[in-house]
Amino acid sequence: MNMRHVTTVYLKELRDSLRDRRTLVSMFVIPTLLMPIIFFTFGTFTTKVVRKVRAETPTIMVLGGEDSPKVRAALAAHPRLKIVKTTDDFRARISEKKLRAAMELPRDFDQSLEEGRLATVKIFTYEGELRSGFAAGEIDRFFRDYREKLIQARLDERGVPRSVLKPFELARQNVAPPEKVGGNMIGGIIPCVIILLAFSGAMYPAMDLTAGEKERGTMETLLCSPVGRTEIVFGKFLVVLTASLATVVLSALSTAVTFGAGTLLFARETFATVAQGPGGAAARAALPSLHPGGFLLSLTMVLPIAILFSSVLFTLSLFAKSYKEAQSYVSPLVIVVLLPAMLATLPGIDLSTTLACIPILNVALLCKELVSGIFNWPSIALIFVSTSVYAAASLAWAVKMFNRESVLFRS
Amino acid sequence: MIEARQLTKIFYDRKRGEVRAVDGVSFTCQPGRIYGLLGVNGAGKTTILRMLATLLQPTRGSACVAGFSVADHPAQVRAKLGFLAASTALYGRLTARETIAYFGKLNGLSEEEIRRRTEHLATELHMHDFLDRRVDTFSTGMKQKTSIARTLIHDPDVIIFDEPTLGLDVLAARTIVGFVRDCRERGKTVIYSTHIMSEVEKLCDVIGVVHDGRLLAEGSHAELKDRTGRSDMEDVFVHIIGAEAAS
Repeated sequence: MNMRHVTTVYLKELRDSLRDRRTLVSMFVIPTLLMPIIFFTFGTFTTKVVRKVRAETPTIMVLGGEDSPKVRAALAAHPRLKIVKTTDDFRARISEKKLRAAMELPRDFDQSLEEGRLATVKIFTYEGELRSGFAAGEIDRFFRDYREKLIQARLDERGVPRSVLKPFELARQNVAPPEKVGGNMIGGIIPCVIILLAFSGAMYPAMDLTAGEKERGTMETLLCSPVGRTEIVFGKFLVVLTASLATVVLSALSTAVTFGAGTLLFARETFATVAQGPGGAAARAALPSLHPGGFLLSLTMVLPIAILFSSVLFTLSLFAKSYKEAQSYVSPLVIVVLLPAMLATLPGIDLSTTLACIPILNVALLCKELVSGIFNWPSIALIFVSTSVYAAASLAWAVKMFNRESVLFRS
Repeated sequence: MIEARQLTKIFYDRKRGEVRAVDGVSFTCQPGRIYGLLGVNGAGKTTILRMLATLLQPTRGSACVAGFSVADHPAQVRAKLGFLAASTALYGRLTARETIAYFGKLNGLSEEEIRRRTEHLATELHMHDFLDRRVDTFSTGMKQKTSIARTLIHDPDVIIFDEPTLGLDVLAARTIVGFVRDCRERGKTVIYSTHIMSEVEKLCDVIGVVHDGRLLAEGSHAELKDRTGRSDMEDVFVHIIGAEAAS
């Protein structure tokens, strides 16, 4: 193979692709802007909503309880609840979001408590509505505190120690380091994103450099030159691979910057309440994080997977006579590719020697381990080798197809 | 020189079964001469030329282009060959200069040779005004000139034209015809495939009439006219393929 020819084809195809607006969008614009747009739009919106909801004192309505002045006085004195005038249309007002929630006190509530009879307080809420949920939460907290104080008073009155009701405490302690927590929580998502990006980055150039060239009539022009078919395949394939890797790398950089900036902007506010409260230090330590070395190593696994995708997409697109036909071959593959990646996110599926030989699933499972800080070197080597073998086989298939007249001159 | 011996190409089609696109075609093209392949659409002309350009492999028979066998030395054949067809399009996102340079590099030319040859061809074909513009902004005539330049960048000994004037306006077609004549003047071996009789009469020294994949007749205009007893080239052609159809 003449490397000078491969380089010439590669540089020309790269220049040609970089002048194509559609390739530029799929290769640079989408991977760079997608994550910041999603994160900042979602982050700004969520932060604003949560801040507004927190700042609001929910309006609630108390039904009944005219015969229970004690609880009504306690409710009226609660700073986080705003009691409004009782009306019959409370259900409609909750539905119309004019009222956050309502509660119904049973007859003789105060008296029932004094006599030790069971009384039930009903809370009316609009399920799924954030503000109504917050209001219901406040009512719930109020009555729990009210109940606790009552129990305490009764125990003190009878001279019974608190331990009678609560003979022991339960304390759950997390031993998993933060990166393991992060690995379990988001470790499955990362390979899905990487695999999807590597695939989508290769998709457009693979179709353009094969079916697109056939459709435009430039393939025959190229085949008339003294360059061998294998050299043409490698030159073109390397452009597809470059696009796939560029998409992943740009997206990884963009994600890292976005998360860094996003944590400063949004997470501080979100976690402030937790961290300032009791056990704040523990809460801060338990925040999910990713093992940086593992994260970087999982990015290197993109190389064999990108080679595999590039060669498979290249070969499949080669069969098509037109760009449109190539799209119909390639688009359904997204599901085929995502399925094993999603399988890896399921709990209980761990990397084994057999699974290490199943393409895509193996890399997805490995990435999950890597971002958790688990470095199983024999598995890493096996996956790297097996994925590279699949990629090489696929590339050999591409070369074979490129030498078939029925594929190149299909009409 | 081009020598084709019993060149045969069989395709396998799922619906039609075995399709004999070219059937035992033999001919010779000499340097400094234009060999015209004349035939209706689907006669097998493009398949013959694609075999000579090593784009397709002959099922049977052999061909030598500039001394190299198309089956054994395809890369050397392509290095000696310029192939210009209606189906060989240009890269729309490259400039004319970049296109010419790309094919120069693929043909193993140095940067200096490419610069020198590009300058020479641009002057000869009056391309200086649009040499650095992108091809997708070109008129048909500009595209044809660029195609000629990329075909000739490595100064090939053998040049194949497959219906090069298809879909061109009169002026663009004249550019091609003039260029084909120039190639003959320079001693190149030229094959010109067409179904346009006037072009055959204007250009070709030897004419081969192809029909249903077979070479039915071969000779100069005068020889073919004498043989058929017709004075008009169109009548000559119809007579040859009509006689074949009758037999």
